[in-house]
Amino acid sequence: MLFNFPYIAVVLLILIGLATVIYKRNLIKIVIGITLIESGVNLFLITLAYRKDSIAPIFHGFTASKDNVPFMSLPVPHALTLTSIVIGVAVLALMLTFIIHLYRHYNTLDARKIGREEE
Amino acid sequence: MNISDIVFHSPALIVAIPLLGAFLTPLVAKINDKLRNIFAILIALITSVLVAILANDVFSNGIRTYVFGGGEPLVNNSYAIRILFEVDGMNAFMAIIASILTVVAIIYSWTFLKNHTGQDKYYTLILLMIAGMFGMILTGDMFNFFVFLEITSIASCALIAFYTNKGKAIDAGFKYIVISSIGALFILFAIGILYSQYNALNMAVLANSISFSFLDKIALALLISGLAMKAGIVPMHMWLPDAYGRAPSSVTLLLVGATQASLYGIFRITLSIFGKAFNTTGTVLKSATLTGDELIMVSSYPNVISIGWILIILAILTMIIGVLMALKQSNLKRLIAFAALAEIGYMLLGIGVRFASKYSEIVKMNNQEYIQIGFHGYDISALTGSIFHIINDALDIGLLFLVAGAIYIATKETSLNKLGGLARNMKYTTVFFIIGLIAVSGLPPMNGFASKLIIYESTFQLNPIIGIIAILASILLLAVFVKVLHSAFLGPKIPNLKDVKEVPKSMLFAMGIIACIIIIFGLFPNIVIDNIIQPAVNAITNHEAYIRGVFNGI
Repeated sequence: MLFNFPYIAVVLLILIGLATVIYKRNLIKIVIGITLIESGVNLFLITLAYRKDSIAPIFHGFTASKDNVPFMSLPVPHALTLTSIVIGVAVLALMLTFIIHLYRHYNTLDARKIGREEE
Repeated sequence: MNISDIVFHSPALIVAIPLLGAFLTPLVAKINDKLRNIFAILIALITSVLVAILANDVFSNGIRTYVFGGGEPLVNNSYAIRILFEVDGMNAFMAIIASILTVVAIIYSWTFLKNHTGQDKYYTLILLMIAGMFGMILTGDMFNFFVFLEITSIASCALIAFYTNKGKAIDAGFKYIVISSIGALFILFAIGILYSQYNALNMAVLANSISFSFLDKIALALLISGLAMKAGIVPMHMWLPDAYGRAPSSVTLLLVGATQASLYGIFRITLSIFGKAFNTTGTVLKSATLTGDELIMVSSYPNVISIGWILIILAILTMIIGVLMALKQSNLKRLIAFAALAEIGYMLLGIGVRFASKYSEIVKMNNQEYIQIGFHGYDISALTGSIFHIINDALDIGLLFLVAGAIYIATKETSLNKLGGLARNMKYTTVFFIIGLIAVSGLPPMNGFASKLIIYESTFQLNPIIGIIAILASILLLAVFVKVLHSAFLGPKIPNLKDVKEVPKSMLFAMGIIACIIIIFGLFPNIVIDNIIQPAVNAITNHEAYIRGVFNGI
């Protein structure tokens, strides 16, 4: 049960994020929902890399005897998570830029009042 | 540097050159605006030449694997830790489409955006989007696919909101980035699930080891729904009419390509990565008949058939909603956007029919010799039609969007109610629109007819009702565009539009390129199918060859 706790947290984070995106009308809250989903996915990737009693996957220079080889946590998911965080920052910046522009045009952040004007 | 080196490195160069060009553009623009335009076209042309070289090589010599950092694709023949591009017929086919759209879009935007500010950033983003699109198409690595998908969507979101003085354009960009980032995160989650089970991100290695367990089913559902969001399939389509309708026409042309790159993702995932799993799990023997010394066994795979039917239902919804919404639009670009939505339905229909039908396999036993006669004939033809329709849709819808852009440039109007009698002053544009109209509604002799006929035939054999719905949707598309032809081009002159002039030559040239390709494809569909489509179909259905492309080295 305790071992599964991170996975439960992942699912909860993603569901809360999805619910926020679907039900909230404020644009900032929609962006918060997306970042919640993103944190959930990043947490999932990091959890995959975890091994009990593992060490960082860095070459230490020790000579590994057969019974004393420490586990290394997986390096690939860490790399994936870093990439995903960087992409997430770019997406977040772009979304907030859009929100600034939308606020200048409509003076509101309510999704129901944006983009409804007649041409 | 000789030709074989260029061929060898072309998969990497196709992505690297637009990427380099994107960030050189602001520097070149410091010198001269004209130089910047020439530079952008030059980058697109070099990329297209490389695509042509690569495609020629792939069609004649088979799969080409390019490992970044060099060496074998697998370390110690077991660990797939290197990023690689794997190019087979399907990738090459998609790259050809993308390169046509790229060249045309850049030539078109030369005069389309003549008096706009921010063109330096526009060309940077366009080239960045092209790099992302080619990356999505050529990559052989799941995480790499995700990264390029995000590059494409960030660049295209910024481009959709190019008209920042219009609130609706920014609204469309925001909608698209919300949908596409959620879709991309779904895909990343699915990649995590797959990685946790198979310790691999490489598509071919995944395809080799995938077992269609419960977690794999979740991953498949997440991947398909994430890519469906990006491809604009109903019920995740609400961003598509806004984004297509509000973006500059040249950007819309590339957006069509980006949407189809996502659709290519659905093809690759269902047919290549899950291909082996679909072929081996859950066989049910339906009937076995003995005629003479031949035993004919018909077996099916219920799991896969249900996936096929889900895709078919989504496709039908996409077609019907797209067409019906297109009927009631009065804004020209939104109307074409809904028609584009309907066209996406056809491509999805083809692959759905393929899954619903393929896995009723007929096997013949002849004197203990095990001959596999093959599947019902229409599964491959459905896929052929679907893949052929990808290129036709890109050309037809692309041409119509360019015509809409031309009308906007000439008249500054987008509403159909305020247009009329344009055929008198804009002869060439009218001709191009009529070509697009005939092609998009699937009438002979244009290319849309060739691919749609294949789709109708195969769909009709699976279930006549679906075939009829598909034909009906096409007829309604014809009605939609005849309405546009009538209200925008025919009829009396409208006083406001008396002094309308034909659009500049470079825009006509861009439209002319696409119109020529449409006519050639429509007149000689057999040549196109034999030379481009058939290799793509063979490549995407042959998942064993795709796996061998990595396991047996370069």
